[in-house]
Amino acid sequence: MTNTTDKHINPDKIIPTMHPVFAQRTSYRAASPHQHLWEILDHVFDPELPGLTIWDLGVLQDIQVTQSQDDFGQLKPRQLKLELITVVITLTYSGCPAVDAMTQDIIQALNNAGFEQVKVKVSLAPAWNTDMISPAGKQQLLALNIAPPNEDDHPDCPVCGSSNTEVISQFGSTSCKSMHRCQHCAEVFDYFKSL
Amino acid sequence: MINSFSIEQQSPLFRFVLGLADDSVVLSHRLSEWCSNAPYLEEDIALSNVALDYIGRARMLYQYAAEIEGKEHTEDDLAYWRNEREFTNLLIHELPKGDFAFTMMRQFFLDVFYHFYLEKLVDSKDETVAAIAAKAIKETRYHLKRSEPWIRQLSEGTEESRARILRAVDELKDFVGELFEMPPWEAELLAEGISVDRSSLQKPWDDYVQKFLAVSDVDFGDSQLQIRGGRNGIHTEHLGHMLCEMQYLQRCYPTMQW
Repeated sequence: MTNTTDKHINPDKIIPTMHPVFAQRTSYRAASPHQHLWEILDHVFDPELPGLTIWDLGVLQDIQVTQSQDDFGQLKPRQLKLELITVVITLTYSGCPAVDAMTQDIIQALNNAGFEQVKVKVSLAPAWNTDMISPAGKQQLLALNIAPPNEDDHPDCPVCGSSNTEVISQFGSTSCKSMHRCQHCAEVFDYFKSL
Repeated sequence: MINSFSIEQQSPLFRFVLGLADDSVVLSHRLSEWCSNAPYLEEDIALSNVALDYIGRARMLYQYAAEIEGKEHTEDDLAYWRNEREFTNLLIHELPKGDFAFTMMRQFFLDVFYHFYLEKLVDSKDETVAAIAAKAIKETRYHLKRSEPWIRQLSEGTEESRARILRAVDELKDFVGELFEMPPWEAELLAEGISVDRSSLQKPWDDYVQKFLAVSDVDFGDSQLQIRGGRNGIHTEHLGHMLCEMQYLQRCYPTMQW
């Protein structure tokens, strides 16, 4: 006897679509006068998720630039290096240790590009959620064999696409993931929990 | 480092935030004691992750407390350089981890409590407190989703697991009442819309827990207050031992960092 529910691929769940929350982030970024800085930070990745940038993850929230002053209190607007760059990020899970690595990588990336005064501010609000993840970020999760977040918290197998999966553990290698097993192809995989 | 610290002279907001931070850090430490000791690997990872959520919560609260205090103390100073009598956590958080049934029963009790508490705290007029609550409530909802099936499974499992669950309820019930007590400084902040009226949560908590446990024929009775003192620095004998371990490195090698 064949089990028809065994392989049931729902393409809507596999192909990520843009969430309004992400669309809002995109238009905020597009309106920023500091496009070159956003682009530099497109090369900063989550230390635990190779290839997923802090922008795609939704951690990078804002970039502010203020002119710093010289010893006499005079503005020196023409000298780029005297600009103070404040990068605002938000925490994924409150205890996530990756935030320290990300902070260092942000400072390093901007220093390498010639910006010496960089400050990273961790903002508590708005509270991060998985809707902030970009479509590209969700694709990258799939490429890493991590099922991207979905609303009913029942992931499809990132390898074969079957929805016939079960939970093994509610926590995986990091706070943001849980462990699942595909009952169709027997693959054990991580799921990026919907938050 | 903190050389002298007098809790009575601090502002109500500081004491309020510090109390919440102490609750979190102490529970986090107790949960972290399961690391490499849990019944199996996945559970080991899960408990450590719950501990991590609480340490994250504690860090945000300690950072804010340090900011309120305005004496250039850091989050680490507050966590590692205060003595037992200067810790203001509620007693239920500090009880030794016990067996797995005890740990999960305490977690279930606290998950239900924080579920109700944080849902109110997100409306705090203090923006930082509200923002921390908004992050924490999501984590707590998830913790509850995990502790409930465990309580169900252990209550209805073997004779042994059920006996341990009943013992855990018995050992914990006297410590639950303190969760619903309002210290004077929290009552003062309640008028300003900053804190939450703990006493109003007792009924919903009792109803929820009794209803849940009744399905597995576990009797809770009620959460009549028996043992109190945590918010005033009066602790069980267990906290001092726990702090010895938790604070050891900083006390031996002051200002040491990773």
